[in-house]
Amino acid sequence: MAVAQQPQEQQTQSKIPTKRIILWLGVISLLVFCLAPALWQLLTSFKTNDAIATIPTIYFPNLSELTFNHYITLGWNFLRYVFNSALVSVISTVICLGVGAPAAYTLARLNIPGKQIILSCVLVVSLFPYVLLFLGLLELVKYFGLGNNYISLIIPYTAINLPLTILVLRSFFLQLPKDLEDSAKIDGYRTVPMLLQIVLPLTLPALVTTGMLAFIFAWNEFIFALTFITKDEMLTIPVKVAQIGGASVYEIPYGPIAAATVLGTIPLILLVLFFQRRIVQGITAGAVKG
Amino acid sequence: MEDGGDGEDGGEQTTTNKQQPANKNQQPTNQQPKMQKDAIRQREQRTGWILITPALLVLALVFAYPIVRAFVLSLFTQNLGTELEPVFSGFTNYVRLFGDGRFWQTFGQTAIFTISSILLELVIGMVFALVLNETFRGRGLARTASLIPWALPTAVMGLAWAWIFNDQYGVVNDLLSRVGFIEDPITWLGDPVRAMIALIFADVWKTTPFIAILLLAGLQSIPQDLYEAHKIDGANPVQSFWSITLPLLTPQMLIALLFRFAQAFGIFDLIQVMTGGGPAGRTEMISNYIYATVRRYLDFGYGAALVVVTFLILIAAVAITAFLLSKTRINVTGER
Amino acid sequence: MTTLQLENLRKQFAPDVIPVKDISLSVEDGEFLTLLGPSGCGKSTLLRLIAGLEQPTAGAVKIGGNVLNDIAPGDRNMAMVFQSYALYPHMNVSENISTSLRLKNVPQEEIKRRIANVSEKLGLGHLLNRKPSALSGGQRQRVALARALVRDPEVFLLDEPLSNLDALLREQVRQELKELFKSQNKPVVYVTHDQTEAMTLSSKVAVLLDGIIQQLDPPRRIYTHPANKFVAGFVGSPQMNLLTLNCNQNKAILGDYGFPLPQKGQSAKMIDMGLRPEDIHIATPEDELTVEGHVFLEENFGREVLLSVKVKGSDQTLRALIPPDDEWDNENIKLGWSHRQMHWFDAQSGERIEAADSPVLAS
Ligand SMILES: Nc1ncnc2c1ncn2[C@@H]1O[C@H](COP(=O)(O)OP(=O)(O)OP(=O)(O)O)[C@@H](O)[C@H]1O
Ligand SMILES: [Mg+2]
Repeated sequence: MAVAQQPQEQQTQSKIPTKRIILWLGVISLLVFCLAPALWQLLTSFKTNDAIATIPTIYFPNLSELTFNHYITLGWNFLRYVFNSALVSVISTVICLGVGAPAAYTLARLNIPGKQIILSCVLVVSLFPYVLLFLGLLELVKYFGLGNNYISLIIPYTAINLPLTILVLRSFFLQLPKDLEDSAKIDGYRTVPMLLQIVLPLTLPALVTTGMLAFIFAWNEFIFALTFITKDEMLTIPVKVAQIGGASVYEIPYGPIAAATVLGTIPLILLVLFFQRRIVQGITAGAVKG
Repeated sequence: MEDGGDGEDGGEQTTTNKQQPANKNQQPTNQQPKMQKDAIRQREQRTGWILITPALLVLALVFAYPIVRAFVLSLFTQNLGTELEPVFSGFTNYVRLFGDGRFWQTFGQTAIFTISSILLELVIGMVFALVLNETFRGRGLARTASLIPWALPTAVMGLAWAWIFNDQYGVVNDLLSRVGFIEDPITWLGDPVRAMIALIFADVWKTTPFIAILLLAGLQSIPQDLYEAHKIDGANPVQSFWSITLPLLTPQMLIALLFRFAQAFGIFDLIQVMTGGGPAGRTEMISNYIYATVRRYLDFGYGAALVVVTFLILIAAVAITAFLLSKTRINVTGER
Repeated sequence: MTTLQLENLRKQFAPDVIPVKDISLSVEDGEFLTLLGPSGCGKSTLLRLIAGLEQPTAGAVKIGGNVLNDIAPGDRNMAMVFQSYALYPHMNVSENISTSLRLKNVPQEEIKRRIANVSEKLGLGHLLNRKPSALSGGQRQRVALARALVRDPEVFLLDEPLSNLDALLREQVRQELKELFKSQNKPVVYVTHDQTEAMTLSSKVAVLLDGIIQQLDPPRRIYTHPANKFVAGFVGSPQMNLLTLNCNQNKAILGDYGFPLPQKGQSAKMIDMGLRPEDIHIATPEDELTVEGHVFLEENFGREVLLSVKVKGSDQTLRALIPPDDEWDNENIKLGWSHRQMHWFDAQSGERIEAADSPVLAS
């Protein structure tokens, strides 16, 4: 053993670079894997139609092969869909937090019978694919005449984000020192004012985290938006972009699609860029601790 | 001790557990406070219910109602043949489902898609998690980058993937021919097997970050000294990975698998946008079939039966995973 | 005149988790009651029952004869200081102090006056606009106290308020606390597992174990007349020598020596003898009781030396605290003490057996 170990120790110096090299290979593959498809779309959105249709593919276009035309083709009209998505996502996120936070607090701190059952249901429900729901919801939407009404998206979006919101917020509430709430009770707070004035201000970061997750999920939702909204000026981004893509099977307008992709995902990219840490925290709190 | 102590210290009372039995006969006076105690608890419960009811209502409306409704509707025939009026037909829809070749085909395709993509994701996600768990310059940037696929809408990126796998101008074909793997451009989305591969690849791209994040959190919770101890025992990093990392990550992997299974099994938007289920229905998944049944063929009763069967399959999978999880002693509901 | 009364309080969390079993006591105005006990003995739970943060499984909490069980914590007019201080992190010091007053709709003027009053008393004047995160541990502790004092409550409850301070500060604050609460003249219930705090602050100490009061007495008496073996061992440092001895002809046998049994214990076959290390000294000719033994461990505390002595003819150990300049031959030593410093406990029940001839403490 002793003999075998000696050469190993000498190797250590040359071994560290090997490990670093493997690590950096991993890092580079990760970056390429994650970013390349998105960057490719970004590049396509700026290439002229000719450059797009050139074979072999142009990876580093020169100036004459670049253009803003695809964005211009989309026109200001396209902002309409960004607005639709933003409206529906923001409203449903706010409602979701407003409804989910009290529920999460109850599940974290108050004693009601059947708490464990409710919690398990919330967890199971978060696994349902939306395709199981759209049939029943479609009937409701028709029955209440809510087709082409944002409410038909806002309520389902609130609901599909509720399980995650409840689980994440609950795990944050559980982390709050209990003494603080006890102290508030002794100071004379009732449950609801305490929730509003002590608990929520202290879990503001958690609310922001959860809100961002809910916003992203609402923005990206497809099947409900596809089913309940048919009026063009009310479409949300995913449906509208898919519609541009499906307009014609043979002459697909790749440039404008790419431009639409870029415009429609800028808000999401910004969220990720600025709140990476929080989003990661939210995802883990929702799945691991939840 | 009783008489000795008490007798002598006069006014001083010395309480010990020996005296407790004497207090037992005061029990009746406790009855009233006991009633009142329930009043305080009831107040807390009432507040609790008030706080949780809105959420329960929304969940019931959007999750419970459609499922229950599907169970009911699946016992009816409601399609163009009945002029969209529901007609009770018992288990007809289920009988039809058993003989429905398209259902079984989509079911098989969904299974292939689900299993391949979550296995690939698990492996790649593990690699990413291991990479992101190391310290290197720009790690924050790498973590941010790894979130991008997760955050982008599937329906939108599905188009990007269709473009990447384009027969003529697609970058995949271009790269493959530059490397020399292929001479002429090959058909991707027009070929059943290659279309499935493209779909799986796109899905893996989209959801690997999620798994990587969960596994990363798991990795960070493994104490470093376990590895050091193992190293002192003479283990190399690969051995440590197999005998420490993997076993301790089991709960995270199961949770990730559960979430991913449910999502992959219900995949809809990616297929709808990238291949539309083609060519010739060879990449159609259960979700797309359900959607087509309801929206294109307007066969609500049968669609409901499909929903019910899919739902039951999912519940079974959840039950199995929950059972496995309970064996790894991590409670899913967070009560650790 | 307020009296805080607990009647047969019991709290059961689960079939086998009963941190408070059956506790009755009362605390008068100006009395300072300390709940003393090892970790997990139910001190905090008892305090939380008094505050109304937990509802008792049975029994009642009363103030001035009124049952409080149905009254929410905020309406009980009790103030509580938490071990963690539990200051609201998002409010500054003056908001923290005044929260309870604002919730009770006390007029603005009055609130200002009271804040000024209490912050002057505790030297917080220059900190009123700071957030808790910008305060030192000692300052936070004062804010927590101020928050309790400003309410002018009927009862003060304190749960280990000093345990997060460093040793030096703790001593100083202990002194201040004593004076502060003397001037308040209200019932005070104070939880600690630090016996020095219990001894120095309280007018009464309740020693708890397993959810039951083991002894409720003034601090001095807890020390001189521990009611049972647990209290004897728990109070006093270094720990009391507790030896289980066989009895023979009215004597308890320790190695080559025999000590006369107290009258009440004369029929016993076995008995527990207790002797505080600080009551043992190097034998002088006047000593009634002496043993010889050999020293096998010597721990120097600076002011005193703690000797562990194996008694001749036995393998039982006596520990003695003696002045460091006392000398003894080699390893052999002769120790002495007097009758009245011995404690006797029933070998089975652990209860104190009072020696009839022992003079009752005058103080
Ligand atoms: N809400 C609760 N649910 C279940 N068990 C509890 C609860 N609160 C306290 N206990 C249990 O009651 C026992 C007594 O707890 P308590 O906090 O009163 O001890 P303590 O004397 O204050 O200890 P320490 O000195 O460590 O603060 C402990 O075993 C604890 O686990
Ligand atoms: Mg405690």
